[in-house]
Parts: sequence; C-alpha cells; structure tokens
Amino acid sequence: MADLGTRIGGLALRNPFLLASGIWGESGESLAGAWDAGAGGVITKSIGSVPRLGYPNPTVETFDEWGLLNAMGLPNPGIDEYPKEIDVARARGATVIGSVFGGTPEEFATLARRIGETGVAAIELNLSCPHAEGYGTEVGSDPRDVEAIVRAVVREVHVPVIAKLTPNTPDPGALAVAAERAGAGAISAINTVRGLALDTTLRRPVLAHGLGGLSGPAIKPVGLACVWQIYDRVRIPVIGVGGISTPEDALEYLMAGACAVEIGTAVTQQGIAVFGRLAEGLARRLDALGLASVTAAVGAAHASPR
Amino acid sequence: MHTIVTVTERVPETPSTVTLRFDYPVRAEPGQFVMIWFPGDDELPMSLSYTGGSSKGVTIKAMGATSQRVQSLPAGTRVGIRGPYGNRFDVTARRVLVVAGGSGAAVLAPAAEAAAASGSRITVALGATQAPELLFRRRFEEMGAQVEVATDDGSDGTKGFVTPLADRLLADGSFDAVWTCGPEVMMRKVALSAARSRVPTFCSVERHMKCALGMCDACALGPLHVCVDGPVFPSDRLLGLPEFGASHRDPSGRRVPFGGR
Repeated sequence: MADLGTRIGGLALRNPFLLASGIWGESGESLAGAWDAGAGGVITKSIGSVPRLGYPNPTVETFDEWGLLNAMGLPNPGIDEYPKEIDVARARGATVIGSVFGGTPEEFATLARRIGETGVAAIELNLSCPHAEGYGTEVGSDPRDVEAIVRAVVREVHVPVIAKLTPNTPDPGALAVAAERAGAGAISAINTVRGLALDTTLRRPVLAHGLGGLSGPAIKPVGLACVWQIYDRVRIPVIGVGGISTPEDALEYLMAGACAVEIGTAVTQQGIAVFGRLAEGLARRLDALGLASVTAAVGAAHASPR
Repeated sequence: MHTIVTVTERVPETPSTVTLRFDYPVRAEPGQFVMIWFPGDDELPMSLSYTGGSSKGVTIKAMGATSQRVQSLPAGTRVGIRGPYGNRFDVTARRVLVVAGGSGAAVLAPAAEAAAASGSRITVALGATQAPELLFRRRFEEMGAQVEVATDDGSDGTKGFVTPLADRLLADGSFDAVWTCGPEVMMRKVALSAARSRVPTFCSVERHMKCALGMCDACALGPLHVCVDGPVFPSDRLLGLPEFGASHRDPSGRRVPFGGR
C-alpha cells in the first residue's frame, strides 16, 4: 500500500488532504470532525482582528455539480474569541493550520503572532479572497505587497508560513517568488476565481455582494496551471487547491507539483466522508501506477522533477 | 441554483405570522426547509408549512427587521427559492404527540397532516403567548387531531407554557413519537420529559444559516450541521450537547446564549 504521508517543509502530514479554509472552520467541533473523518490537517476559517458578520445572504449560488459561487465576506468571531475553537480541535488531536487575513503587514503580523500562540502547526495567510474590500486579493495582487506582508509575519512566528495566492492576476508565479524571497515556508494556490451570477428575470446579481468567488470542478484546470507554473519558479513546497473532488484530481495536482492539496467544495457535494474516500482512492491509484508514496508523485509530470 | 417563483397568496395566520404561498413543483417532505430569497433584501432558511403538490408555502413570524418587511409582501411578488434541503419527520409513527410552541407549528402541521392522512392518531399540545397567536389550530382540528391549548396569559386553554401541558399528555397517553418545534429551551424540556417516558422525540432545530450546503459552518451545533444533518434530530443526538437549548452562533460565529424562555 502506497505511503500517503507527506511534508510541507518541516510539517509532517498523515495524508495530503487538508480541509480548506472557510469550510467547516467556524467551530472547533467541526474542525475536529473533519480530522476524525480522515483529513490530513485542518485549516481554520480566516480570522481577522475584530468580529465580522460577513455579507448578507444570498452568499452562495450553485451551478449543478460543476461549480459554486460564494461571497461569504470573511465572517469570523475575531482573534480574541477564536482561539478557544482551535483549543477544541487540538485537544482532539487534530493538526490545525491557522488562517488569518489583514489589511496591512502590521495587522497580518499581529494576527499571526496571536494565532501562533494557540499552538497551530502552521499559519496560512489569506492573500487571495476575491470579494472583500481592503483584504485578500486587494493586498495580495502586487508582489511587493505580498513580500512586505510575508516578511512582517515570519519575524513574528516560529511555525511555517503559507502564502495562499490568488489566480486573479496575470502572473501568480511572481507572487510566489515574492513570498519565497520574504521567507514563506510554502505556497497555497489557488483561492477562488472571481465570478458573477446574474438573474435575468430580476435583472440583478444573485449574491448580495454582487461579485463572488468560483470554486468546484470548473476551476481545476486554473488551479493546476497555477501550481504547474509556481512549481517551476520556487523551491518551497506548493499546496494545490481548486476543484479537487476525486483521487484522480488530487493526483493531477501532485504530479503538477503540489505536495498536499486542500479540499473545500467537494465537502458540500460528498459530505465530510470525502476525506476517507480520497485517501483510500489515492492509495489505490498510486499502487496501480507503481508509485510507492505521495512524495514519489510530487512534480512527476514535469520534465525535470525536483 | 435558485428558481424565481411568484407569491400566489398572502395569508395572515395570526397577528404575528403570515403565510406566503407559491408554485414550486418540486417534491418536498414535511420537515424540510427552503432558502427563500427576497430580492434586494435577505435570503432566509424557512421550513415549509405546506409541502404537498406543486403549491408550497412558508409561514413567517415577525422577528427581526427582515421578517417584518417580507411579511407584508403582496401576492405577485417574485422571490427566489433554493431547496428543499434537509431531512424530514418520519410520518409513519402511529400515535404521535405534537408539541408546538409559537411559530413552531409551521413545520409540524404538514408532518401531522401527512401522518393523519395515513391513519395515525395525532394529539397536539399547542402553545402561544395568547389566544390569537395559536397558529394552525383549525388546521390541526381539521385533520382530526385532538388539540389541547396552553397560552402564557391564560386567554385560552391552560395558563402557562406548553411544557406542563405536554407533560400531562405524555403521562396520560401512550405515544410512539413526540415531534416538537418551538423555542429551543422549550424543546429541551419536552425532550427531557419524553426521554423519562421513553418516547422517541424528534426536534426541528433552527440556526442561523448562510450556505445550507454543509459548507460554511454557520449552523454548527456541536458536531452537527443543522442544514444537512437536520433540521429534524432525534433528541438523543441533542440532549448530550451543551449548546442545545443554551446557545447558538451569530453570523460571525460567536456563541450567543438564548435569551428569554
């Protein structure tokens, strides 16, 4: 049976399937539930400095099985409240990665230090939410901003810092290079792809916020392309995100250069049991291909894997 | 994907509740809910108060600003519907005690109707603040249910909460199941009483909802997600949870204690 264990730099994971930020991450019980269902690690909801209600509903629109558009608006209880949720998940043995969002390098640094104090295994920086004014993509689209934020954060924490990057930019590779130069331990690519749903009867956008972020199978080729390009530009590990719902999807990301993957929208379609199914299916597929481990597959589709 | 439907009828039920009917020819079961979008305003989770045939309905209680606004929407208004979502009441129980507090009767009436139509015997403990607020009393009577009433002010039936009335009915009757919906503190009391009487109890639970898809975690209740695991839960899955009857989460995810009763 193929070895599903993998590493994000110094962080060892029992399998490559991480619960993506924003999915099931509001409560510690839910994070623990995803861990119990077999996730290799769980990433919290993105946490900010103060409580935030998020946008009014409608916050989601679904498109059959191929996609989901959302504009939740970064709802979170704030960094003063949230650590007790992390405590619940860690007490149940979960490998927890803390996600934070800020508007400036200083705000990111403070949030990262605070969430680092909870004992999380790594910190993911949300540099890529496509629909929040002053946050996410707005502070994560210019390599200079990414570099300043990552640099400010790595000074404050002792765990790997993961920069989660946007696909809504002409050169995601340049963002990854900036993050690596500033000391990031890994890159996550991608966040959702900016999108819009309209209702023609009502002549208006469906989501209360108007613009949203597209996830699900439709964006898999976009995420794969970003991981493929970033793998060629940096030496640090890459985490693949976007449209993964089957073991084969995950293997494509591994071969494109990802050492781990994040699972989000598939949870809405398959339930939390998706984690067990993906792990089992990936092991079988690796066996069938004669690959002894996840790490043997990483970057395998490149002409010269690392 | 949402579907735009037109409100065909607006029916004031009590001083604080209004039913909106609309054609939505999708199969739905008693206990399920829809996400109903009032364009330009909010999208709310609402249990269906009418589930049969193509004409569905939701019964809205005036709570916050949004529910007050949408209560006044006239027939002809266009709204968006997603769903139905969630699970349902098992309407095959033969001898059912229905315990309804306030607008909780909205989801219980179609379940009782379906059970009564297949020959089940239904007893209803119907509670409200005052006589005019007793929701769907006639509807329960018309399906052949035995209806017992409690009002906070004693303006009809037993004076006080519906819980002591439910306790008395539980002591008198031999029920296969208790179905309850209403304030969560009330449901917790009903579930505890029924557990002592060893009657399986099913509670329709309400939480703030955003996605209704089991993704966003807004409706997390312990290890459960009300939108996909519920909204109808056997009480033995709820009574062990410290949050049940005690707290819910606001839209930011902060825990908030239930106020009032």
